[in-house]
Amino acid sequence: MSIKVRYFASLKESVGRSEDRLEIAGLLTVADVWRAANPDKAIPDNTLAAVNMNYVALTHEVEDGDEVAFFPPVTGG
Amino acid sequence: MRIKICAEPFEPWQEIQAYQQSAIGMAGKFGATSLFIGTMRDFNDGDDIQGMTLEHYPGMTEKQLEKIVAEAMQQWPVLDALIVHRVGDILPNEPIVLVAVWTSHRGDAFDASRYIMEALKSRAPFWKKELLASQTERWLLKNTDGYL
Repeated sequence: MSIKVRYFASLKESVGRSEDRLEIAGLLTVADVWRAANPDKAIPDNTLAAVNMNYVALTHEVEDGDEVAFFPPVTGG
Repeated sequence: MRIKICAEPFEPWQEIQAYQQSAIGMAGKFGATSLFIGTMRDFNDGDDIQGMTLEHYPGMTEKQLEKIVAEAMQQWPVLDALIVHRVGDILPNEPIVLVAVWTSHRGDAFDASRYIMEALKSRAPFWKKELLASQTERWLLKNTDGYL
């Protein structure tokens, strides 16, 4: 399946890119998506995840065509 | 309801006036308007701040803010709400966020406005990077809890 991965703010700077496009097979959770995209980097503590712009847990299963986003705690307002 | 993300400075009083005039359905119905305006300071955490860059996740920001306003509308009899939020490069004294809530009675306006603002601070995907007077940059790590 095809997954678009996006990174924001300090996490974008630490991974060194703003997005990835993954072509992978099998049942995958959001945590698996992180590992596939960043095999050499553990997911930082406090990282938030969203699928198709809704907050999800790292155990959420992704589907073909999903947009998965990783970012640090939000600081707007 | 209107959610507006602005890449340029905005004038909160004009935004409120223009929106209230355009929302003709609530004319005569509202008795209370609660306004919150967040403005950029020139200090934070003991340092002088020269400027700030606000990044956001386009699409998710609007989706989350709409959800937050819908939640407030389920809990309180809100007639209408307006949220304006800046993104991009911001200077001290410029408004960052406006939350305006119109209700029939004041208690609902205060409560719904507070709910929207606190939910925005913890769920809307915006991130602030400060430029200190010393010319170093730093990301804000997290927002404080406004109820503490």
